[in-house]
Amino acid sequence: MNKFVVLVLMAILSQFNVVSAEIISVAPEYEQRYKHILSELRCLVCQNQTVAESSSGLANDLRIEVKEMLERGATDQEILTFMSDRYGDFVLYNPPIKPRTFLLWIGPFLLLVGGIIFALILVKRRAKNITDNQLSEHEKQRLKDLLDEKNNQEDKNKE
Amino acid sequence: MIRFLIPVLIFLVLTGFLFVGLYKDPSLVPSPLIGKPVPIFAASTLRDAEKIITNNDIQGDYALVNVWATWCAACKQEHAVLVYFAEKLQVPIYGLNYKDDRASAINWLQQYGDPYVVNIFDESGRIGIDFGVYGAPETFLVDRNGIIQHKLVGIMTPDVWEKQFSPKIQQITSKVTK
Repeated sequence: MNKFVVLVLMAILSQFNVVSAEIISVAPEYEQRYKHILSELRCLVCQNQTVAESSSGLANDLRIEVKEMLERGATDQEILTFMSDRYGDFVLYNPPIKPRTFLLWIGPFLLLVGGIIFALILVKRRAKNITDNQLSEHEKQRLKDLLDEKNNQEDKNKE
Repeated sequence: MIRFLIPVLIFLVLTGFLFVGLYKDPSLVPSPLIGKPVPIFAASTLRDAEKIITNNDIQGDYALVNVWATWCAACKQEHAVLVYFAEKLQVPIYGLNYKDDRASAINWLQQYGDPYVVNIFDESGRIGIDFGVYGAPETFLVDRNGIIQHKLVGIMTPDVWEKQFSPKIQQITSKVTK
């Protein structure tokens, strides 16, 4: 019984540990761009979160930085470049296409093309097998002879 | 035979990738600042709020810039190593006191020793952003022209020093004498 109570308590308490990112108020005219830019940036402290979601101190500083850059009239691209100049392409959830990232961008398509080629080869080979398996005139005759012979023998046995 | 070999080959390649991945630390992000000059900054020094320090004050045949804070547990771990480097090896270490409280930082240096030539006091973390700091402690190696040559994210140890810093320092200081 005690264990059950503990379990229920744990379940309830676990609902309270949601830490949300500190909210920084932005002028309404910037809000949409602000949200968009933050969702494009990876937080380097907790790498599977965007800067918009993360509650880390660094993410908070970066949110302030983005806000102030917007207010100074920076373009979205300028802000993203500012971030990747300091933290590398890794901060961008949408990395630029360049030699280092070719495989990342093209890889899925290569796999798709490879898969299609593989499937085509399989299908062709199977189709070829079916036609190959058809008997030639000579073979058909031989099959008929063999069957006849067998039938004749069986008939004889019955007699 | 080929029919049998292809899956084995694919398996081996995949295993190879995963095996290499096993020894990589995903939290280490290559710094785009390597090969670039130290970011431009001007801030007060830690010990004297009236005194201004800028990127031009980082001088010498080579220098380390060490990012630290009193709230950073790992910084305490490496601190003794830094003190040893400064005292025994005469390594010039510039501190970047990152998002910290001035009084507690000064107190820390009095308590555990002060390996730093001087400390840049970066209360807001702005200079840290320009350095691409994302996890203290971090240590940068700067050459005499103010170009960043290497970056360590994590704790400085004698082993790291021997393997990563010593060879680089020899490289950049030998160029000078030639």
